[in-house]
Amino acid sequence: MSRRDIAKAQAGLESVAEQVLQLAKERGATAAEVALSEESGLSVNVRLGEVETIEFNKDKGIGVTVYFGQRKGTASTADFSRAALNDAVRAACSIATFTADDPYTGLADADRMATEIPDLDLNYPWDVTPEMAIELATACEDAARSYDEQISNSEGASLSSHEGTRVYANSHGFIGGYSTTRHSMSCSVIAEDKNGMQRDYWYSVARDRSDLESAFEIGNKSAARTLQRLGGRRLETSKVPVLFAADVAGSLISHMISAIRGGNLYRKSSFLLDKLGEQIFPDFVHIHEKPHMKKVLGSAPYDSEGVATYARDLVRDGVLQGYVLDSYAARKLKMESTANSGGVHNVLIEAGELDQQGLLREMGNGLLVTELLGMGVNTVTGDYSRGAAGFWVENGVIAYPVDEITIASNLSDMFMQLQAVGNDIDYRGNIKCGSLLVDAMTIAGT
Amino acid sequence: MTETAGLSIDSVQQQLLAPSGLGINELERVLASIMQHNVDYADLYFQASRFESWTLEDGIVTDGVHSVERGVGARAVSGEKSGFAYSDEIALPALQEAATAARAIARQGQEKQIKAWTRTAGHRLYLPTDPLSSLGDRAKIELLEMVDREARKLDPRVKQVIASLAGGDDTILLLASDGTHAADVRPLVRLNVTVIVEQDGRREQGNSGGGCRRDYHYFIDEARALGYTREAVRQALVNLEAQDAPAGTMQVVLGSGWPGVLLHEAIGHGLEGDFNRKGTSAFSGRVGERVASDLCTVVDDGTLAQRRGSLNIDDEGVPTENTVLIEKGVLKGYMQDKLNARLMGVASTGNGRRESYAHLPMPRMTNTYMLPGPHAPEEIIASVKNGLYAVNFGGGQVDITSGKFVFSASEAYMIENGKVTFPVKGATLIGSGPDVLQRVTMVGDDLALDAGVGTCGKEGQSVPVGVGQPTLLIDGLTVGGTNV
Repeated sequence: MSRRDIAKAQAGLESVAEQVLQLAKERGATAAEVALSEESGLSVNVRLGEVETIEFNKDKGIGVTVYFGQRKGTASTADFSRAALNDAVRAACSIATFTADDPYTGLADADRMATEIPDLDLNYPWDVTPEMAIELATACEDAARSYDEQISNSEGASLSSHEGTRVYANSHGFIGGYSTTRHSMSCSVIAEDKNGMQRDYWYSVARDRSDLESAFEIGNKSAARTLQRLGGRRLETSKVPVLFAADVAGSLISHMISAIRGGNLYRKSSFLLDKLGEQIFPDFVHIHEKPHMKKVLGSAPYDSEGVATYARDLVRDGVLQGYVLDSYAARKLKMESTANSGGVHNVLIEAGELDQQGLLREMGNGLLVTELLGMGVNTVTGDYSRGAAGFWVENGVIAYPVDEITIASNLSDMFMQLQAVGNDIDYRGNIKCGSLLVDAMTIAGT
Repeated sequence: MTETAGLSIDSVQQQLLAPSGLGINELERVLASIMQHNVDYADLYFQASRFESWTLEDGIVTDGVHSVERGVGARAVSGEKSGFAYSDEIALPALQEAATAARAIARQGQEKQIKAWTRTAGHRLYLPTDPLSSLGDRAKIELLEMVDREARKLDPRVKQVIASLAGGDDTILLLASDGTHAADVRPLVRLNVTVIVEQDGRREQGNSGGGCRRDYHYFIDEARALGYTREAVRQALVNLEAQDAPAGTMQVVLGSGWPGVLLHEAIGHGLEGDFNRKGTSAFSGRVGERVASDLCTVVDDGTLAQRRGSLNIDDEGVPTENTVLIEKGVLKGYMQDKLNARLMGVASTGNGRRESYAHLPMPRMTNTYMLPGPHAPEEIIASVKNGLYAVNFGGGQVDITSGKFVFSASEAYMIENGKVTFPVKGATLIGSGPDVLQRVTMVGDDLALDAGVGTCGKEGQSVPVGVGQPTLLIDGLTVGGTNV
């Protein structure tokens, strides 16, 4: 889309937003808010050199929340016709006649609305045709398949490109919108030896296609990662140090984020309840939230209530500095919103001195985890037990691949027993984290 | 009950197409335009859904959500290739645009004929009832308030109750170049209860719930809502007493019902047709081989009345079946959709499912369960000298290719000298799909299906499913506790 088309799409959504707020007002709502989105895109998957799927995506949606005093109702639809908007507002208003008075409900405070919307450089449209996408995905898969003769099969390589525009408005008079793009390429291949098959993958994702890793690199990495897993063995049940590779370490930080989220705090269902101002990591750990990073996937100028986002410390010197709150949870906890309605925006754990090789040497003997399976994390208690695959490390060097084991501990202990943070930060996800070395966890195996 | 008369394709067609003035002739022309390219198969999938949910916490229902969605997906299949586009507008220009995009998967070629329309007579496993209006909104809220009161009355250690009631229906119409002309109206309701309990500074949670393809009266009948509440509180209180779980490989007894998630992860996904056609499953090419002990017969059955995973027809218009996956330990066959069935030279088993009109169909499970065996559950527990008895689970995951799977217990006990002794904390269990069922040494006579809460994710698409099994003894499974 050209800049003018984007402006037009945004203006179109803004006018729908205004209509919806007007409809809510006419029905007597004392406050209302509305979020709209429009997205389009293309995904192709190529497998064994042949096109497998071409999918054209085109989605739109609108969600409206109305308030009658302290009562609330929500409705959504994908139909932007006047009649459908009217139906949605009516449905939301009807729900609000049944929900209970809730002293904490309502829009975020007016003085917290973003007053200017910084351009975070998130929109890099790519007029990729299916033919170009097929060519790139084919090159990616070819690189993986020709990497080694033990690569015996493939789940294929995919390329996808999406662009979208979002608008949020509320009856404080806030109205804002911006457009974003998201392009990604991935490859997953299979290797086989006498012990059976193994699969692994690699992907790259960016706002700007020129920031994507090359098709060749992605293909090669997916093949190399797959080959390394051949001949996986189990381990004996024991307690050993564990190094979480950067691309899985972010999940540990996401468990922390979940435990300091407002909803889990006011429900008292968090192992980090009442830990504000307390030591939850060793003092070398610093974790920041940086919502305004240019061109980055997790960036956002305001949260999903229109509250201006801002940079802050989540953890400084190992001490918890703040929670992750929307306005509702903030009121329940007698605190202020942290502009996290809808989630966090770019959480960064400050890099330490060592890369993964250095951390392996520091660990000596232990387990390097490169894949986690399952959902065995209890946010209420912090109990942690997940399936894992990776490598056994001896004297700082990878000895052999490992699979069909579990690793278990409690997150509170794992955080406090963190030994080191790597400088090999994986920037792809919303949580940007290097490898994490944890002192000791229980391995269950043979 | 407010169930109305059975389903007619005409009434579904009226509902989905009439507002835009579309008729069967226009749709036939759109399909024919796709078939002008070198396409083996094409279909149009129309859908209208409504959904609502009500949530209670801190004793009050503070949130209600209502949503509607409608649209149409157009798919063209040529060999192993699929072209797919969709629109959230059911109107001729949008449909033509989607069809043009989808057929680009294949070059222009000899136009193939669309077969004469054959109306599929699907099962009548559930009726086209309207869950949303089956209970007044006030009564829905009162149901949740009753759950809250009951939970708090049961035990003073209950500190928080979160309860949600959700319901909706999907109305679908399918027209395909193979002559399929089919429709379905699929109601689905669900009630969930989570409680947090606290004692001496220790907090634990318990979860329970259920659902099916009926309306909200299901939760009032037989006082089911209260039953879920008691179950959630019971589980949470058990967990307050739980000690660290053991780590290592040991005998594991799995309870009946929801622990059948074992079958879903360990073998179910690995027996889906797409992975086996591509040779990427640990079970590829193993039909006729022994993959389980001869005590094990496992089916995928989409034909159970009113179950959450059941369908009158799948999303390709094929009536669902009761498919034997493993019979007395021997692998019998895979679950198929039309594309994979055609490429593998077999018939669809009615397992072609999609999350919505905006997603491509693929082989998916319905209700997957193991048939009962000869043993009394007490006898199974009594046979174990030292092991784990796991009766409730959260979710699981599987790596199809290596066959490694996990599933996480949320309620478990130690068995010592044939007796259930004390509760242990939840732990993840890990095993290898082609191996685990070979270690099944006892199968109970107490087959139970889950309460209707399962949702399965695959390639980013979620669909409702069911699982079930009798009590099982697995002679050696790895338990991921912390206690060495």
